[in-house]
Amino acid sequence: MRLTCTVNGSPQQVDDVWEGESLLYVLRERMGLPGSKNACEQGECGSCTVYLDGTPVCSCLVAAGQAEGREIGTVEGMATEESLHPVQQAFLDAGAVQCGFCTPGLLVATDDLVTRSLAAGAPPEDAEIREALAGNLCRCTGYEKILDAVKLAAQRMAAR
Amino acid sequence: MKPFAFARPADAAEAVATVATEPRAVFLAGGTNLVDHLKLGVARPDLVVDVRRLTSREITDTADGGLRIGAAVTNSELAADRRVRERYPVLAQALLAGATGQLRNLATTGGNPLQRTRCVYFQDVSTPCNKREPGSGCSAVGGYTRYHAILGTSAALPDPTAPETCIATHPSDMAVALAVLDAQVQVLGPAGARTIPFAELHRLPGDDPSRDTVLEHGELITAIDLPPLPAGARSAYRKVRDRASYAFALVSVAAVVADGEVRLALGGVAHKPWRASRAEEALRGGPVADDAVRHAMDVELTTAQPQPGVDGGNGFKIPLVTRTVVATVRDLTQETQA
Ligand SMILES: Cc1cc2nc3c(=O)[nH]c(=O)nc-3n(C[C@H](O)[C@H](O)[C@H](O)COP(=O)(O)OP(=O)(O)OC[C@H]3O[C@@H](n4cnc5c(N)ncnc54)[C@H](O)[C@@H]3O)c2cc1C
Ligand code: SF4
Ligand code: FES
Ligand code: FES
Repeated sequence: MRLTCTVNGSPQQVDDVWEGESLLYVLRERMGLPGSKNACEQGECGSCTVYLDGTPVCSCLVAAGQAEGREIGTVEGMATEESLHPVQQAFLDAGAVQCGFCTPGLLVATDDLVTRSLAAGAPPEDAEIREALAGNLCRCTGYEKILDAVKLAAQRMAAR
Repeated sequence: MKPFAFARPADAAEAVATVATEPRAVFLAGGTNLVDHLKLGVARPDLVVDVRRLTSREITDTADGGLRIGAAVTNSELAADRRVRERYPVLAQALLAGATGQLRNLATTGGNPLQRTRCVYFQDVSTPCNKREPGSGCSAVGGYTRYHAILGTSAALPDPTAPETCIATHPSDMAVALAVLDAQVQVLGPAGARTIPFAELHRLPGDDPSRDTVLEHGELITAIDLPPLPAGARSAYRKVRDRASYAFALVSVAAVVADGEVRLALGGVAHKPWRASRAEEALRGGPVADDAVRHAMDVELTTAQPQPGVDGGNGFKIPLVTRTVVATVRDLTQETQA
């Protein structure tokens, strides 16, 4: 099929896509966007998390045929030419990145969590952060620095 | 992955007709279970039919005071709906106890109750499994049974080579809540529309463990209806798992307490969401103190058959599910008195 969708705000067309391959595969192997990571391919780890029509999903479990006409946001769309996204900067500043494999998925999931919490009027609490990021596994950091990073990002995004 | 054709029909009727005429066709909704199984080789269809946009994505009020949930409503949307949170907390809690945000954003109302078992042997195509490959036997008997059934199985130690043996559990949290709420399933099939009481949707292995439900090939779930609960009813879902979050249930309980009537459904104990009608009957009209609930659960579990297996098997589920029911009902009745 010819897949037509919007990725990070710009319209995209890719030919010769098999509907049964995953959206993650299309992004990484056909669109040159290797930011979203391929780890478990089973919905377990969250390293492939992208926005699909505004909500974070595991792109490894989305069939390419179902991405037709939809809006996708990946980690590549977060920073601008000038600066990192506040969530990215917070992960760096808090020391929440080691090998970095889980990071792209965590950045998207954190951006969604913080944006929703602030819209509802308050930065996320510890328990809320743990539950919201339960689907993003990290084998390196032990999560403490990630919690710090999320809180730092929330603080900075609230101040904007 | 085995290659397959992919269809995107224009409407539900065309989707039903398409699947009905191709014996090896399947519906695809959120994809969180089916796409996984396509990769693992657990599902090997010739044709995948995308129905995600073909059923309603709305939650509407029904004339009797209940709710109709379109099959395409996502698990996240359903759990966030104010009417669901206020009137059916058991359902919102069950949804939020399942999977993760990234998965609930994809998972649908039609797909969730139809997810397949998480039996590790079912998912491993190198091992015999009657559900995946009818007649090949059941690898779970005497194996890793921690997540397996204690109710509705054929025998205390089923014959692992018999074609009817299956001791798997149904993994959905949402389905346990729908069972206790007496939900109704709206179905569109090649022969027209029909309504199936949720309690009758899933089946026990019987003589054909490959079939999880009574749905015929080509039957599409279009919506699920929730009847209203009596005024003042309280409800809750409680799930016990190996870690605090993001794990399937060892056991779970969905409970509704209204005017001295107690309704109970159990998860993690059987091939289907298990409505504990014997316990409900034992409690009818009487007091609902801890002792009475414990006794009612003893009645319910008289036919329970713990499965031996590695790490001591799953006999722990009998006291565990009883204690979980007692605690859940206690919380609900104390809230009522308060
Ligand atoms: C890592 C992980 C953890 C999880 N943890 C939990 C958990 O703790 N608790 C829990 O309850 N669930 C859990 N799940 C399962 C998840 O909830 C289900 O995969 C999801 O609800 C299935 O819905 P779907 O729309 O994605 O279905 P799909 O994958 O699209 O379909 C599932 C099945 O239903 C059929 N189908 C879909 N829609 C219809 C319809 N309208 N009519 C007829 N047939 C249909 C399909 O043919 C397929 O056989 C987990 C999943 C993963 C990957
Ligand atoms: S318990 Fe059922 S699903 Fe698991 S191996 Fe046996 S037959 Fe297969
Ligand atoms: S790669 Fe998608 S969840 Fe792990
Ligand atoms: S930093 Fe290595 S997996 Fe998280």
